[in-house]
Amino acid sequence: MTERNRLGMILFVLSESVFFTLLIVAYVFYHHPGAEGPSAAGVLDRGKAAGYSVALLCSSLTLWLAGLSLRRREQARAASWLLGTFVLGGVFLVGQALEYAHLLRAHVTVSRNLFGASFFTLTGFHGFHVFVGLVMLAILAGLTLARSRPERVEAATEAVAVYWHFVDGVWVVIFSIVYLWSMA
Amino acid sequence: MSDPRATGGVATSLAQIPEYRGLLSWLSSIDHKQIGILYIASAVLFLLVGVAEAVLMRIQLMWPGNHFMSPGTYNQIFTMHGTTMVFLMAMPLLFGFSVYLVPLMIGARDMAFPRLNAAGYWLYLFGALMLYFSFMAGGAPAAGWFSYAPLTEGGYSFGPGIDYWALSLLVMGAGSVATAINLVVTVLTLRTPGMSLRRLPLFVWMTFVNSFLVILALPALNAALVMILADRQLNTHFFAPEHGGSALLWQNYFWVFGHPEVYILVLPAFGVISEVIPVFSRKVIYGYGFLASSTVAIAFLSFGVWVHHMFATGLSFAALYVFAASSMLIAVPTGIKIFNWIATMWGGSIRFTTAMMFATAFLIQFTAGGLSGVTFAAIPIDWQLTDSYFVVAHIHYVLLGGTLFGMFAGIYYWFPKITGRLLSERLGRLQFWLLVIGFNGTFAGMHVLGVLGMPRRAYTYPDRPPLGLLHLISSSFAILLALGLVLLVVNVIVSLRRGAVAGDDPWGGWTLEWATTSPPPPDNFERVPPVRSRRPLWDLAHAPPAVRDAGRAEGGGHD
Ligand code: HEM
Repeated sequence: MTERNRLGMILFVLSESVFFTLLIVAYVFYHHPGAEGPSAAGVLDRGKAAGYSVALLCSSLTLWLAGLSLRRREQARAASWLLGTFVLGGVFLVGQALEYAHLLRAHVTVSRNLFGASFFTLTGFHGFHVFVGLVMLAILAGLTLARSRPERVEAATEAVAVYWHFVDGVWVVIFSIVYLWSMA
Repeated sequence: MSDPRATGGVATSLAQIPEYRGLLSWLSSIDHKQIGILYIASAVLFLLVGVAEAVLMRIQLMWPGNHFMSPGTYNQIFTMHGTTMVFLMAMPLLFGFSVYLVPLMIGARDMAFPRLNAAGYWLYLFGALMLYFSFMAGGAPAAGWFSYAPLTEGGYSFGPGIDYWALSLLVMGAGSVATAINLVVTVLTLRTPGMSLRRLPLFVWMTFVNSFLVILALPALNAALVMILADRQLNTHFFAPEHGGSALLWQNYFWVFGHPEVYILVLPAFGVISEVIPVFSRKVIYGYGFLASSTVAIAFLSFGVWVHHMFATGLSFAALYVFAASSMLIAVPTGIKIFNWIATMWGGSIRFTTAMMFATAFLIQFTAGGLSGVTFAAIPIDWQLTDSYFVVAHIHYVLLGGTLFGMFAGIYYWFPKITGRLLSERLGRLQFWLLVIGFNGTFAGMHVLGVLGMPRRAYTYPDRPPLGLLHLISSSFAILLALGLVLLVVNVIVSLRRGAVAGDDPWGGWTLEWATTSPPPPDNFERVPPVRSRRPLWDLAHAPPAVRDAGRAEGGGHD
């Protein structure tokens, strides 16, 4: 059962990685010095983005700890690690929302130019994946608190962990390309 | 009807299985067999819709300067025809056979994720209905089945057609990926003891590899669809060259998906052929290892040939050469497969049932389609013939003469397993000959039309002999072809009522699905026979009685 869920999730993540690869390729493809209008270097704030990125990275760690606790059947502790993961993921989303608000106030929108289009599409889809992850984390935390069948919660957590680490890993790539490479 | 099992009998038709009675049982089912049947039935329905559209096109093209339909309508019809045939007919037909047969062939009770399986089907049906809803919502998409940018941009395609097209493909794409994941996990985790990967029936092998193609190719389409939707709804300019976007990016993304998609459409047919030919030749498949491993090679290569759809776009010569070479390379494992099947038939005692006739026709017609495909890989020929009727001929030799004929072999072969009744062989033969004559009559001449310069996707053409004559011939034979396709439905209805009772194993098949009753009970097997080779049923039939009984007892559980 455990194996089946994880395997399914690994395959799903494989599929998603192709999706993100193409969005990233589009971003890179449309990034060239001569492009009109706002560009990454002009409008993005690397420091702030690094801040909320750290929250997402830490959330991978807390989710791993939640898995460990679940395996030891320490439900209360597992629930708090899960909630911690949820909060860290939430911090990331709030950070991203603030960044979007800032950009929109500066009239950098999805339809302004190709930077806007590819930036918002790429980070927006990533943010959506984080959001979906948060929903799953909330469910897991609820199930753990409700002490529902521990072996099933453990199996589900392992599968969600595959997803969450993937979303995390994708962000590392996005951050490197959008905030490091294209702002250089 | 009463439950035959209560009296110790065996169900001989679907209607005799109480679990399958009533509409609700089908709407709420998570049984892989019911879902498989739903897929196949929906696919056949959309086949008829697609054929109806094809007939409308052929009526319009019957005479030069015909006014049967307006140019705009013609554009909608060929777009809907292509999209329907590829996404609403071929894909679900393949998925239907896959989810029906894979658990049975590996001795499992159901798929790994039965609910996800149902979700996959309903996503497909919802997407399909959404596509057709566009007719009522202000006009169907009219930019061809690959919707090239910038024609699809808001400034050129005003109506909502392209939006429906993209949304519906997104929804169906999500369902396809879910089903493919499900199939891979099923094959990896639910095989009965003894069913090692090297003993998998070839149909399962091909489905397995194919599922990886779906998992990796569909997201490329989804990314492209998301971008075109953003262009149309959010005013971005991904594919609008006048705003710095790139129409070529769409082409690249579409064909990164599109070429693997072509193999997605044909690999399951390869699988069907690999089951049908040995059984009706009474011989072991020749070169099992090669057939299985070359499929993997094809899968890898299929991601490296997409640019051959874009030879005419002004790419650098280096790129052209690389992709021309890879496109010729991919023909090699495919070509060798053809020889495997011929070698299997060679010297066998062949029984030309309808299924076997379709399989044989597949070999010939698919080879013809493959050969016209390889000619395109030569760049100068491509430049000459691209976007002409030569391409239309090629598509149909591969997809209709190939995939669809292969799947017909599958329908005639497995119908008795699925329903408990044999399809009428007499109607089957009639259907076969109508299809072979109709198909070749309709499409062979299109090669010539293409060479003469008849462009595809043109609603009419000038009165310059022999264009009119060739089109008239094509249209006339298309009527036979359409009749042949409709005859399938007639045969199904007649045979469900009056067909001969099939019994467990009407063809003398060797794979596990023939070990259970026809139709199989909801749990699939009472006992799964032991698997000690690639042909468990042959072993069972030829073992001495003592061993046979011991084997039956031993092959008890399968979880
Ligand atoms: C009764 C059988 C069929 C007939 C008479 C028929 C006829 C045609 C014709 C005349 C066209 C070209 C329209 C044009 O370019 O102006 C066409 C396009 C096409 N057909 Fe068929 N077809 C049939 C069955 C199928 C099947 C079974 C498939 C796939 C499995 C298929 C897939 C396609 C595709 C992908 C296109 C390209 C559409 C586009 O240009 O966007 N067809 N068909």
